[in-house]
Amino acid sequence: MNIDEKKIDEKFRVMISNVLRLGVSLSSILIIIGGVLFFIQHPNTVFDYATFKSEPSKLKDLVLIGRNAFSFYGRDVIQMGLLILIATPFLRVLFSLIGFAIEKDCIYVFITGIVLVVLSFSIFG
Amino acid sequence: MELSLVILFVGALFAGLLGSLTGLGGGIIIVPLLTIGLGVDIKYAVGTSLVAVIATSSGAAVSYVKEGLTNFRIGMFLETATTVGAICGAALAAVVSSWSLMIVFGILLLYSAFNSFKNRKTEYLSVKEQGIKENSFAEKLKLDGNYPVSSGNNISYHASHIGGGYLMMILAGILSGLLGIGSGAFKVIAMDTIMKLPFKVSSATSNFMIGVTAAASAGVYLSRGYIDPVLSMPVVLGVLLGSMTGARVLMRSNTKILKIVFSIVILLLGIEMIRNGILDLIR
Repeated sequence: MNIDEKKIDEKFRVMISNVLRLGVSLSSILIIIGGVLFFIQHPNTVFDYATFKSEPSKLKDLVLIGRNAFSFYGRDVIQMGLLILIATPFLRVLFSLIGFAIEKDCIYVFITGIVLVVLSFSIFG
Repeated sequence: MELSLVILFVGALFAGLLGSLTGLGGGIIIVPLLTIGLGVDIKYAVGTSLVAVIATSSGAAVSYVKEGLTNFRIGMFLETATTVGAICGAALAAVVSSWSLMIVFGILLLYSAFNSFKNRKTEYLSVKEQGIKENSFAEKLKLDGNYPVSSGNNISYHASHIGGGYLMMILAGILSGLLGIGSGAFKVIAMDTIMKLPFKVSSATSNFMIGVTAAASAGVYLSRGYIDPVLSMPVVLGVLLGSMTGARVLMRSNTKILKIVFSIVILLLGIEMIRNGILDLIR
């Protein structure tokens, strides 16, 4: 590996690390805010998860979760935070693809492309 | 309510710490804690554990990626194997009996635990020390790299036995597609034992991969309503704190200690898998 490539690699690593940090921070802030809201709104909830009841559709559907994120309703805000967390690995792969494209590394643009397609298919498909 | 959430937070903290140190993810602690410890339905437990695995992966990766421990090329290259394996596994589920696989993979885990413990003192053996030739495939795919060690120096490493590692990754994928078990252990084994990569690189790269694999199934679990916000809240916060701490600890700690922790965890995992396999067979 020559010096130029190393420089790109280094830049690339810092960029991905920052993307991850941003995603993780944003997600935890939303989860904490949502948690506080939840305890204010439901101070006496009982811990009851012994039987599976599935979640209401506003906590299952990607579009609805996004739409309700600013409802100031505890559970909705937490769910938005979880959605951002679930998206972080996806972003990591996407940014790797961009990085490999900048490096003009065709083999890895191809390999990462395959991973990204499979991943998008299973998340959104 | 509050007490259960505090217990979950503490358990998740521990899961994140152990998961990021060994590259195994945190699911192996979260699922039993939820089902056996708190009497939660297995579907909620699986959904929560999946979120925990993603949190472990992303939390630890903030540090691993920046320090250059994660090898992106190896991770991406092997991820294609895991994906293919997972698809095959899901297709095979109707044909193959799961007990036989659980016993076979359980024995493999016991063997790897023994092997990892035996080689605990080895940091990294260069190609010369191993007495093998460098392969041109690794060079073509640019799989070789270097990583920082505690002394502040960088050590270069070479990826050997790529075919064998790739095959092991396909098996790991089949296993996770078939049994839904986090295949983190086999990812580390493929990189550390077969491809002869340094343990810390294997652990960090496995950590990167399990996040991608988990995210692939998260969409399905979310739409089925397995992911509950209130259950996930303490788990995600605990796991993130634990995995970020774990990542810092890993970079400073001695490989010997990490390998001992790894062997103990996969030994227990192997015993548990064989036990489940036998129970399945008798039933």
